[in-house]
Amino acid sequence: MRTSPRDVQAGRQGGAGLRIIRSTPAGRIGLSALLTATAVLATLPSWAAPSVLRAWVVVLGLLSLASMWNLLAGFGGMVSIGQQAFVGIGAYSLLVLADDRGVDPFLAVPLAGLVAAAASLPVAAFVFRLRGGYFAVGTWVIAETVALAVLNNQALGAGNGRSLRAVGDYGIETRQHLTFWLALAIGVGAVLVVVVLLRTRLGLALQAVRDDEHGARALGIDVVRARLIVWVLAAGWTGMTGALIYLSLLRVQPEAAFNVQWTAFMIFIVVIGGVGNPAGPIVGTAVFYVLRDQLQDEGAWALIVLGSVAMAMAVLAPQGITGLLDRVRPVQLFPIRRSLWRGPAGDVRGGGRWPRRGLGRPPPGATAPS
Amino acid sequence: MTWVNAVTQGILLGGLYALFATGLSISFGVMRLVNLAHGDLAVLAAFVSWSIVDRLGVGPFATLALVVPALGLGGYLLQRGVLDFVVSADPLRGILVTFGLAVVLQNLLLEHYSANAKGLDAGGLETASFRLTDQLAVGWLPLLTLGVAVAVLGGLSAFLRWTRTGRAFRAVADDLRTARLMGIDTRHVFGLAMALALATVALGGVFLGIRTTFSPGAGPGLLLVAFEAVIIGGLGSLWGTLVGAMVIGVAQTVGAQIEPGWSILLGHLVFLAVLAVRPQGLFGRVGRT
Repeated sequence: MRTSPRDVQAGRQGGAGLRIIRSTPAGRIGLSALLTATAVLATLPSWAAPSVLRAWVVVLGLLSLASMWNLLAGFGGMVSIGQQAFVGIGAYSLLVLADDRGVDPFLAVPLAGLVAAAASLPVAAFVFRLRGGYFAVGTWVIAETVALAVLNNQALGAGNGRSLRAVGDYGIETRQHLTFWLALAIGVGAVLVVVVLLRTRLGLALQAVRDDEHGARALGIDVVRARLIVWVLAAGWTGMTGALIYLSLLRVQPEAAFNVQWTAFMIFIVVIGGVGNPAGPIVGTAVFYVLRDQLQDEGAWALIVLGSVAMAMAVLAPQGITGLLDRVRPVQLFPIRRSLWRGPAGDVRGGGRWPRRGLGRPPPGATAPS
Repeated sequence: MTWVNAVTQGILLGGLYALFATGLSISFGVMRLVNLAHGDLAVLAAFVSWSIVDRLGVGPFATLALVVPALGLGGYLLQRGVLDFVVSADPLRGILVTFGLAVVLQNLLLEHYSANAKGLDAGGLETASFRLTDQLAVGWLPLLTLGVAVAVLGGLSAFLRWTRTGRAFRAVADDLRTARLMGIDTRHVFGLAMALALATVALGGVFLGIRTTFSPGAGPGLLLVAFEAVIIGGLGSLWGTLVGAMVIGVAQTVGAQIEPGWSILLGHLVFLAVLAVRPQGLFGRVGRT
């Protein structure tokens, strides 16, 4: 028999005052802070300078890319070094749809995401045969193959790439504002999609697989199916973000669009912020953007510093900044975990303090079910 | 005849690629670590060799006496000092750390040597060749490279088979915990394996530098070629790696013969075809992926 989380939650009413709690004050604060920040940002076009808007498009694009990589690696266990394939596919889909097929460029962005999602299926047929480090390099090979195929395609502008002309139909101000709002939707949407997905049955399965793959398999979780769903979702959203980024840059070149640097950025952000924590990409994007901004006149040193910081984090603090904060005070900003509590019903004292992983460290007074 | 020529040159090119692939094969076999900085370390070796040639005025082959031990030592220190802390814990962290290392190395080289391509001058050997037939010429350098690759693989096989340390390597690769229980210093073995991996890739880097020009961004391309050779040959098969390297070499030279832009593309496509049809590789044992 399949037991849904709801069944388990219903069980709290019977026996020994055991309750399963997911929503906490901290979680509610986290979500409302995100929504408030989004609402404030949405007013940005009416009072901020165009350069500020452009900077935010970059930040929100990076946040979206990093959130998807976090979902892939932190929850799906798939460390891909080839996500630039989908950035590039998204960018070129935007070009073809908007310029060659006459689709409205802003509508073409989500459509480009669908193209990338569709393209990720045959890719999965190859790379899902590989595991761990070989999966990582395998995805990289795919990305290089797609890049070389585009590089040899005259219709797509070969090595020179092409400029996006379709946005010329819009006035410059309208274009900037629409691009920003689209970026806001895609960036915040990426975080929300990850949180919502992790709260579903599939999310529970993914976290089980991450913690113990063999155990999860033994419990009847279809690991390949779970991974495939995450893979396609991440590819599609990454492709949509790629289209968004090039909607803002206006010129698509294969070497830039398919550059492994996209994936390097995703990795650095997630590693700095915290792998496997939906809040990690938010913290990581902030740190990454500030660091990069400080170092932008230093040429190659920017990447040397960012790479070194990410390496140091991966060795010394593998849970990233959010993991370090979690150690000081375990607060879960996005409610994706469930905790088992024993106490009189309705008593939520100490709410917001959480064990670091699942039932690993129950709060004081709580006992594990027998 | 042009096709025969392309295939011949491809087989010889496979010798160079085998030098890159061997180290990747060792580090995965022993540590279960895919070193994403592998290609960049080869490029580093080429640049170090270039600097020595520049300072001391010696030939590039003489620099091998310095470059190979230096990278070997560096590999031991890298493993004991950094990678040991991540390898056993979680494969994800090993990938992240070596990827970070790759980016850092690439940009340090870019900062120090600029983006300009450099080459190593071996006094005419790089262009010298002899004729087999009227239309088929074989270069001395590619032949020498292939000879070195065969010697390295042969030496490595003998080392793994007949020496005490080689036996420890195989034991660690087969079953880390039991090897530790039997009193093998697994950390030392890991260090030695990384030293060997980097020493062979240093050899490859210098030969690459003599054969063609190189720039700081060349690393990832070499990593991918080495990786494809290992997978095509089959994990855990050293001589399979040589065959895999030759398959990639031939695919690239034949691809270049069809259309210059297709050289590397055809290499990737052949790799993907092998992955689709025979994921365990040509000489790999079934069930080991």
